Amino acid sequence: MDIGVFLSIFISAVFINNVILSRFLGLCSFIAISKETKPAFAMSMAVMFVITMSAIITWLIYRFLLIPFNMTYLRTISFILVIAAFVQFVEMVVRKTAPHLYKLFGIYLPLITVNCAVLGIAVLNSDMFMSDTTPVLASFFYSVFQAICAGIGYMLAMLLMSAIRERLELCNVPKALRDFPLGFIIAAIMSLSFLGFNGFKF
Amino acid sequence: MAKTNNLFLEFWKGIIKENPTFVLALGLCPTLAVSISVANAVGMGVAATFVLLGSNIMIALLKNFIPDKVRIPCYIVVIATFVTIAELSMKAYSPALNRALGIYVPLIVVNCMVLGRAEAFASKNNVVASILDALGMGVGFTVALILISAIRELLGAGKIAGFVVTKNFAPAAMIAMPSGALLVIGLLLGYFNYLKEKN
Repeated sequence: MDIGVFLSIFISAVFINNVILSRFLGLCSFIAISKETKPAFAMSMAVMFVITMSAIITWLIYRFLLIPFNMTYLRTISFILVIAAFVQFVEMVVRKTAPHLYKLFGIYLPLITVNCAVLGIAVLNSDMFMSDTTPVLASFFYSVFQAICAGIGYMLAMLLMSAIRERLELCNVPKALRDFPLGFIIAAIMSLSFLGFNGFKF
Repeated sequence: MAKTNNLFLEFWKGIIKENPTFVLALGLCPTLAVSISVANAVGMGVAATFVLLGSNIMIALLKNFIPDKVRIPCYIVVIATFVTIAELSMKAYSPALNRALGIYVPLIVVNCMVLGRAEAFASKNNVVASILDALGMGVGFTVALILISAIRELLGAGKIAGFVVTKNFAPAAMIAMPSGALLVIGLLLGYFNYLKEKN
C-alpha cells in the first residue's frame, strides 16, 4: 500500500471517472431527485453510506467465500442479494432507532437497492482490486476507499446539479425541454467540464 | 381474430407507444454507457432482451407461488440468474464484446426496465402475453440503443456500424465521450416531447 495509489483512486473516482457523469451509474436517481438541494443532499448521504457498507460486505464475501470455493461466477447474484438484504436491514434499523433520520432519507433507501452505483462499484472493486495478485489487506483498503470516493463524487455531482436546477426554476425554458431533457443537457455540459481533469496523471 | 390482434398490440406497444427508453425513461445507465458504437448497442440489446424474456417467462409461471411480501427479492434472484447466464455465454462466445461492455453486463440486474416489467406486467399476466411484452420491450430498447449509437458513431467517429461514411470530415470527439451521450439523449428526449405535443 502506498499513498500515491490512494491519491490516484481519489482523483479518478471523484473527478475523472465520476460515477454519474462518466460511468453513468445511478443516473436515474440523479435526474429524478436533483430538483432541490435538500433531498439531493439526503439522497447522496444515503447512497454514500450504502456504497461504503456494501463494498465492505461484498469484499468479505468475494474474498472469503467466492474465491476459496472457486465460485466467482456467482458474483452478480450474490452481490445483489446481499445489497438488497443490507438495504432492507438498514431501513428497518433506521425506522426503529432514528425516526428523525428516517424522515430525512428513509424514503430514498428502498430506491438504493436498484441504484446501479452500488452494485457497479462492488463489481468494479472486484474487477480492479480483488485478484490474487493484490495483497489481502491492501485490496480491502483500496476497495473501501474507492467506494467512499465514488460516494463523494456522487454527492458532488448531485449538489452541483440541484443548485443549477433550482436556479432554472426561474427561467423560461422551451416546453418540450422541461424536466428530463434539460437535465440531460445540463449533465452533458457538466460532464464536459469534468473532462478537464482527464489530463491529470500520477 | 380479436385475440391475435390484442397479442400483437402487446408486442407493438413496447416499440413505439411505451418505448422503455424514450417514453418510460427506464434503464438509461446502460443505454448511455454502451452507445459508443452500433456493434456494442446490438450486443447490449440482445443480452437485455434475453434477460427480459427469461425473467418474464419465469415470473409469469411462478406468480402464484411467490408470496407477495418477498416478491421483489424473488424477482431479483430470477433476474440475476438470467444475467449470469447471459454474462457467462458472452464471455465464452464473444470475449471481445464482453470486454467492450465491461461492468454493464452484470449491471443488467439493476436495470429498472427488467424489474419494472416483472413487477408491472409479468406478475399480472399469463405466459404468452408476458413473452410478447418482453419481446416488444426488448426490441424497443434495442431500437433506441441503435438510434442513439448510430448518431454518436456517425458524428463522433464518422462511421456507421464500423463502416467509414465520410472521409473529408473531422469527427467531433466530444460526441464519442460520455458528455456526448448525455447531450444526444437529452436532445432526442426533447425532440420526442416536441412531437408528442404537436400531435
